Amino acid sequence: MSATLSILRSGPMTTVQDAGRPGLLHAGVSGSGPMDPPLFAIANALVGNPDDAAGLEFAGMGGEFSVSAPVRVAVTGDAAARISGEPIAAWESHDLLPGQILRVGALQRGVWGYLAISGGIASPLVLGSRATHLRTGIGGHEGRTLKVGDVLPLGDAIAAPCLRLAQPFARADGPIRVVPGPQDDAFDQGAWDLLAGDGYTVSPTRDRMAQAIEGPKIAAVRGHDIVSDGTPLGSLQVPGSGRPMVLMAERQTTGGYPKIGTVASVDLPRLGQIPTGQPVRFVKISRDDAEELLIAARKALRSLLADLRPKAGLVCESGFLLGINLIDGVAAVAESE
Amino acid sequence: MTPRVLCAGDQALAVEFSSRIDAAINARVIALAKSLADDPLPGVRETVPSYRSLLVCYDPEAVRGAALTETLQRRAAAISDAVSASRLWRVPLLFGGSAGLDLEDLAQMKSLSVDELIALFVSPEYRVYMIGFAPGFAYLGGLPELLHTPRLPTPRQRLEAGAVGIGGEQANINSVAGPSGWRFVGRTPLRLFDPARPEPFLFAAGDAVRFVPVSAEEAADLDAAVAAGETIVEPEIR
Repeated sequence: MSATLSILRSGPMTTVQDAGRPGLLHAGVSGSGPMDPPLFAIANALVGNPDDAAGLEFAGMGGEFSVSAPVRVAVTGDAAARISGEPIAAWESHDLLPGQILRVGALQRGVWGYLAISGGIASPLVLGSRATHLRTGIGGHEGRTLKVGDVLPLGDAIAAPCLRLAQPFARADGPIRVVPGPQDDAFDQGAWDLLAGDGYTVSPTRDRMAQAIEGPKIAAVRGHDIVSDGTPLGSLQVPGSGRPMVLMAERQTTGGYPKIGTVASVDLPRLGQIPTGQPVRFVKISRDDAEELLIAARKALRSLLADLRPKAGLVCESGFLLGINLIDGVAAVAESE
Repeated sequence: MTPRVLCAGDQALAVEFSSRIDAAINARVIALAKSLADDPLPGVRETVPSYRSLLVCYDPEAVRGAALTETLQRRAAAISDAVSASRLWRVPLLFGGSAGLDLEDLAQMKSLSVDELIALFVSPEYRVYMIGFAPGFAYLGGLPELLHTPRLPTPRQRLEAGAVGIGGEQANINSVAGPSGWRFVGRTPLRLFDPARPEPFLFAAGDAVRFVPVSAEEAADLDAAVAAGETIVEPEIR
């Protein structure tokens, strides 16, 4: 029998995710996948998984886990974690043995955290992916959030050393950058002035589908109903309530509200990680600049993942050769993010 | 008619043919989607046809938005309006019952008998303008004007998959169970979305739909056939 992961305790929104389910927007299925793809990719790479391996995403609080066979685990996001009571560092991989309990506590900063397990979670593919799509109840583990008593199958892991990052993962701060369009002509400069001001906070109305923004109402100069069209990831739409909302991983694929802009791809995970109630500001950015930022961020992530280091203190006779193999492994990881 | 190519972030463009709902415009949207599927452009990852615009998702590492805008303008101008083969689906529909919550109210609102309302509802050939909102959810155009009805002010918490309803000037078939503010006249045993099927999605944008009234007994037989994994409707290719 292959290895399993048992859920002994779980936070309120822990799901199985993989890199996502692209290619089905035309059929009404949004991509799902992690709310913070770079953090997910780092967790997978730290345990030597390919980029399409499935792991766990948790909101706020992780949970307690055990395994039926030796694995390596890695947590990304600033969560306090322990293995059998001993504190372990996030952002690096650790051995987890049968009989030990991995406890992943609350995130100190941020909203979404990740737990990767070597071999990946081997729940069935649905429409080509293991990503849970909660809104439609497909993928992951029975299409739902995990609960106590769930037992998930694990894929086969190749033995390898535990890894760490050569340098910490860093991300810009400052306002969330927004590319105007496709319906920016439905709004006037007043809307942009409001968005750039200090009146907005991250609303508790948030999930994997959308993130509401609380603050001054925004008026669309030509009304809040358009003939429904496609809604890209990061759409900043303004319904009749005047309350802006950003569409996230599990969004509806089409919608009838005007979209003043689209959050720059590089900033969307950062928006998702802003804690509820915290202030948020939005500034315009050109498409060209947003594309440059995305390309640079992908390049930086690839470099980070290509430079994972075996952890100090491990007996590793052929560390150099292992390093070469690992680089091959993680180069593949970087290709798709 | 030159479509506008609108910026939709750093990984998508919207090719907008019009701001209206119109079958000929929708046909052009679908023709462009087909053109991009048959003869792909480098860097284009997927497309999303909707009533009057096509969302084109791209990878900026493979092609930049500014360059793709020009390419798409040329491609859109070159597509012909020639209608390619389409599919007609004859959809069995049980009026009233558990899902037909608004059938009698609608008839009263329109000063029609229930039978007259049913006859009117099944009279047109509907067009699938787009699949959106949820997996396999079909937006149908062609609803007779007398039946145009605003959505409910407060959506209901849960409508079953297969429920057939009216929202504004459109009709729809629920593909998955969920909340809805549409007004529902009945249900079909047909499943528009089933991830376990070899073809998970039944309809595509551009398909045609006719509703065929069935009795409760016929619907029960069709339900049983669907539950057994049988195909109950094959499209007519024309």
